[in-house]
Amino acid sequence: MIGEFFKGLFLMIWKVVTDQPDPKVEFVSVFPATIQPIISVLLSIVPIIMVFASLFALTTLLERKGLGRIQNRLGPNRVGPFGLFQPVADGLKMLTKEDIVPHSADKLIHFLAPIVLLVPTLLAYAVLPFGQNMVPIDMDAGILFFFAVGASTELSIFMAGWSSRNKYSLLGAMRAIAQMISYEIPLIISSVTVIMIAGSLSLVEIVDKQSGYHFGFLPHWNVFTPWGLAGFIIFLIASLAESNRSPFDIPEAESEIIAGHLTEYSGFKYALFFLAEYLGMFAVSGLAVTLFLGGWRAPLPFLEIVPSYIWFLLKLMGLVCLFIWIRGTLPRLRVDQLLNFAWKFMLPMSLINLFVAAIWHFTSVWNFRGAGLGRWLLCAAMIAVPYVWLGRTLIGNKKITHRTYRFAN
Amino acid sequence: MLGEGIIKGMVETAKNFVGSYHDPKRLTTVEYPENKIPAKENARNFPFLVFDGVDADKGLRCVACQICEKECPPKCIYIIKDTVKKPDYMGKMQIQPKIFDIDISVCMSCQICVEVCPFEAIKMDTQFELSTTDRFENLLLNKRELAKPNEYYHKIHPTEATEVDERLAAEKAKAEAKAKADAEAKAKATVAAAAAKAAPTPVPAPAK
Amino acid sequence: MGITFAIIAALTLVSAIAAMSLRNLVHCALSLAVTFAGIAAMYLQLDAQFVGFAQILVYIGAVAILIVFAILLTRSSETPQPVISRSWIMGIVIALAVFGVLTKVILSSSIAQRELPAKPAPTVRQIGDQLMTRYVLPLEAIGLLLTAATIGAVIIAMHDKKGRGDGGQNVNSTPSRAEAHQHADETHNLIT
Ligand code: SF4
Ligand code: SF4
Repeated sequence: MIGEFFKGLFLMIWKVVTDQPDPKVEFVSVFPATIQPIISVLLSIVPIIMVFASLFALTTLLERKGLGRIQNRLGPNRVGPFGLFQPVADGLKMLTKEDIVPHSADKLIHFLAPIVLLVPTLLAYAVLPFGQNMVPIDMDAGILFFFAVGASTELSIFMAGWSSRNKYSLLGAMRAIAQMISYEIPLIISSVTVIMIAGSLSLVEIVDKQSGYHFGFLPHWNVFTPWGLAGFIIFLIASLAESNRSPFDIPEAESEIIAGHLTEYSGFKYALFFLAEYLGMFAVSGLAVTLFLGGWRAPLPFLEIVPSYIWFLLKLMGLVCLFIWIRGTLPRLRVDQLLNFAWKFMLPMSLINLFVAAIWHFTSVWNFRGAGLGRWLLCAAMIAVPYVWLGRTLIGNKKITHRTYRFAN
Repeated sequence: MLGEGIIKGMVETAKNFVGSYHDPKRLTTVEYPENKIPAKENARNFPFLVFDGVDADKGLRCVACQICEKECPPKCIYIIKDTVKKPDYMGKMQIQPKIFDIDISVCMSCQICVEVCPFEAIKMDTQFELSTTDRFENLLLNKRELAKPNEYYHKIHPTEATEVDERLAAEKAKAEAKAKADAEAKAKATVAAAAAKAAPTPVPAPAK
Repeated sequence: MGITFAIIAALTLVSAIAAMSLRNLVHCALSLAVTFAGIAAMYLQLDAQFVGFAQILVYIGAVAILIVFAILLTRSSETPQPVISRSWIMGIVIALAVFGVLTKVILSSSIAQRELPAKPAPTVRQIGDQLMTRYVLPLEAIGLLLTAATIGAVIIAMHDKKGRGDGGQNVNSTPSRAEAHQHADETHNLIT
């Protein structure tokens, strides 16, 4: 029994390391039949939670270090070598802090909000293909599931904001919802382009459709097509807004409304919100990787010996670093700028992009000489022209001049 | 075109990021406990009492006039007069403070005590590392802890201290000159009186 | 079936009753969201993945949020007015009568007598195929309508430039948002 247990365990580890299908089978079969499903489920869930929770810890450190360097500071470097244990210290601090519930708060909803936020965020990981043989559930409607659970996070932010009985919380929640609804549309439409081209809602199949290489080195990733590039950028901007990250951190704008819906949260509940926010960011970047960057596929043929999940994580971390970089660069938008940008630029652009993707799909039957290039140029032009035009109308005839303040002077 | 500014900004921050690694001059921060920025001359934190010479008790300039205690807006100075008298810088006999406490957890660093003190006895310190584990006892500074030599004052606020010293010296000189003049005048008066006594007076003397 | 169904059904019913009878409007809205989630769970239990997720996406993600927004924007959430009005007996009688009639009609209809069809396994692909072949006209019509609504929203937003603050904008775009949201959903249908 013990021997079999360890044999199964080692086999599982070996299979994971070498990227083989069904790594859990032997190990699970060691257990009695009644608890096998539970063991199998645990073997899927525990690694996800552990990997992404430690990624969260790593990212908070990376973010603070990176922001520090961007602002010509050193960043945290006190706890442990190079400040590596800073997340541990932060976590301990959060855990030992008093959990304060405002006297007039709606206690039940105030308590439920962080849970209702964290659970859907974790659920979203169920459909992401982390590696070649690593997808918790290969669902037919995987991407729909992802967006469906994502949609319920809005409600929990509202719950947090409303139940705190604090005007700043409520304002933050209202801002968050307005922002999330506005940006969910471009987010979904830009991923619809991928669905349309791949002809499937299953994320596994979408990754499969991006296999292979042009000319032996350029991978078939969606981001290397005109509609894919535009869709990727739209998706990235919208996902920044969805995960309330700078420059779209209006719901938590410290200088305006303290911390938005987080104002009345402290201690571990606050940590849960924080965790959910980062997990949401990872999930949505994971989706971006899956949809546009070829998922777990290696960028070059000879690099395929590196296990697939490493590529997934590398791409994910690349996107996270990009997010940190953007956070270090851009100032926060105003609410009206945010909504204008969503409705006057992102939505039309994503609709145009959808149209271009349709054209890309129909022109795939072209087979005269230079058809590939022609198709490419046609689609690129169809995106570039509206981009320039919409950009003009958005910033266009506004001259940037010295601003006068009616009431301040 | 839309997005140009964003790219420019991203390049700028990337330059900062890379630059901060190979060009330490970019780093504007100082790693505090190990390295410190020397305090500015005009810095001020909490008051201290100046004494001259080497003995804090003897040389304390404070004469317990209690003006600062009355003027201090948050009332964080507490003074009890002593009965012993000592000469002040002008040689006048003055009482000394028996107890002189400042509660720096209350003090708001307004410097009013310094402004009102007629004896240049209380000045602002630049010391700011005063954190303690006990917020009652350790933040209530007594006379012994507050007393710092004039040299220290010169060290932290050189310009101001020199001015004060000059003024004090001038006043002392003036006082000495006055004392001398007084003494001379007295001497003269006595001489005159003696002369007057010696000579018969034409004016009738006042009734005794 | 069985115990899972019982749990989901109980949850849905209780939250639906709570949505009707709670005093606080926001609580009502939140219990309504739970009801929606229960219905979605019911769909999922019947293996109808697509409908289930669409239910969550549209009803929890859009409709519940819209209700909450409406509550917050129209009046204060504290309205402790009596829920039960004077004519509540009348109301219950009417409701029971309607329920009885409906039950009777359904039970006596031919559908109730029909054999249960073999349980289909509706994959998303099948739904997509059906939508693209048999039901293509209604789908196109709805898609066109919703796209028109979205573009209308964009145009309203576009011309809302001169001197107006966020206030006007918000009011203008709030109702169209849900439509656009549904539109995004319809686009899903369109594609699959
Ligand atoms: S410090 Fe100055 S003002 Fe205060 S009691 Fe002493 S001599 Fe007087
Ligand atoms: S600095 Fe101001 S508050 Fe502090 S002891 Fe002097 S008068 Fe009082």
